Amino acid sequence: MIGLVDCNSFYVSCERVFQPRLRGLPVGVMSNNDGCVIALSTELKALGVKMGTPAFELQHLVRRRQIHLLSSNYELYGDMSARVQEVLQEFSAGVEPYSIDEMFVRFDGFESAQLLEHARQLHHKVRQFTGIPVCVGVAPTRTLAKLANRAAKKIATYQGVCVLQPNSRETQVLLKKIELGDVWGVGRRLVERLAVMGIKSAWDLAQANPKEIRRRFSVTLERTALELRGVSCIEMNDFDEARQRIMTSRSFGKLTDDINEIREAIRQHGQRGAEKLRRQNGLAKAVLVFLKTNPFREDLQQYSPSLVLELPCPTADSREILHTAGQALKRIYRKGYLYQKGGVMLLDLIDADRQQLSLLDTPQTDAERQRSAKLMSVMDELNSRMGRGTIKLGTPSPGAAWHLRCANLTQRYSTRWDELPAARAL
Amino acid sequence: MTVQLQILGRAVDAAPALALPYPLVLGRAGLSGFPSPAQDYEGRTLDLNERFVKRPAATFFLAVIGDSMIKLGIQGGDLLVVDRSIDPRPGHILVALVDGEITVKRYEIRSGQPCLCSGNPRYAPIPLENLDCQVWGVVRSVIHEYAV
Repeated sequence: MIGLVDCNSFYVSCERVFQPRLRGLPVGVMSNNDGCVIALSTELKALGVKMGTPAFELQHLVRRRQIHLLSSNYELYGDMSARVQEVLQEFSAGVEPYSIDEMFVRFDGFESAQLLEHARQLHHKVRQFTGIPVCVGVAPTRTLAKLANRAAKKIATYQGVCVLQPNSRETQVLLKKIELGDVWGVGRRLVERLAVMGIKSAWDLAQANPKEIRRRFSVTLERTALELRGVSCIEMNDFDEARQRIMTSRSFGKLTDDINEIREAIRQHGQRGAEKLRRQNGLAKAVLVFLKTNPFREDLQQYSPSLVLELPCPTADSREILHTAGQALKRIYRKGYLYQKGGVMLLDLIDADRQQLSLLDTPQTDAERQRSAKLMSVMDELNSRMGRGTIKLGTPSPGAAWHLRCANLTQRYSTRWDELPAARAL
Repeated sequence: MTVQLQILGRAVDAAPALALPYPLVLGRAGLSGFPSPAQDYEGRTLDLNERFVKRPAATFFLAVIGDSMIKLGIQGGDLLVVDRSIDPRPGHILVALVDGEITVKRYEIRSGQPCLCSGNPRYAPIPLENLDCQVWGVVRSVIHEYAV
């Protein structure tokens, strides 16, 4: 059996551990740059606010103190996530983090009678030890565990913990109740196509002939169908797609058409991406650069170009990546538009250890590669030891448009000695 | 009135162990070629995390503001090592949420009633009955730093 532990309104819950006054109030956490709402407390959802609502549309509620919006504090969330994972590790046979707030937990070797008790214990311990409320779903497969977790969250009688025994009546009832779109890995387009075949609920998909599903759709959907039946066929490595590309992008703090500012932002993103790439010991084969104007400003001319350029050879060298990104930018940038956002994506990543020697490689390029690796590792080490941005390629100007805006940043309560919360007099 | 706390940081067991400023005796005895008997103990240092942080995932540091706990050995500016994994028992120093504020108190039973008490007679014990109060964690130790 496998469990899925999902933290409730995770970012908001992290903030509430250290700011108890936010409990029970409508609270939202904003994206990088305070652009839009990316995490909502249930109270904020109840006011009709949706994920992705631009923060400026809510300013009147903030001013009247009816809601609270916070800048995102990823250092805090990262630390709290690690704590949740640590607690799960202590009380289970193994943990596979799926995202910052969702973790799969092995539930091997329990008698079915003990299973619920153990799941309840996890639910309680995580809450007590870290202050983060979670829901726990346990089932024979990951897809069913996802469904169980959803049930634990949405159906009050479960009280945050739902265990689905293989082939139980309970599982059947739940599968019949659940819409296809809520099944893990079934997107909106698939829902429409499946409806044509008369497959409307999760139960219908579980009963469908897997072979036919595969023939008409894909192996992935066949697996989902099998998983709904309780046949486990999704392993964690199947979700490593995220590591196949690295994206770094951010809104500029203001609309800008200044090529110098934009170039700096792109260089910064390229460098951050290259750092991440080296950390996962990868090489990129291509670089994508994109720019975006603000689609909500209908009064302005719109232009949102992007371009992929291949790198001369697979590399993790910031200099080559920045050079190629610079060329791409030069080709897509047009004067006369006000850009809102820009970014860099590193594509076609491969493992540095598995790079195939190309026919063009000579001893000379090999020596060059080693020098590059050395230089980059010194750069990364200095940046990690002395603070990000100690060594940069080129010199970004301070106060540029793209610097991070985060007006409502809370303290990094659990990771910094010198970040004291504001002391309030009683 | 009540003691206020400031949260400083967490204990990380992955953090580098900092050696205490006692020189390790690692030298060899003279030039005679006899190894020092201390050599077998090379690399052994004392790690404060190991001693004071029993459960890193549940341990948080908080800074004290206010003087209500002085009699109990907790002064303003002190650092509290708070472990959330402990179930509170009478006699424990607690960090608790009182009226939404993070406060430090001693958990006691007075004439059969559970109370939150301070070390200062000016502050009356707060009976836990009909009080909006939640335990945040149990204080395992207090760190007081001297100006040197």
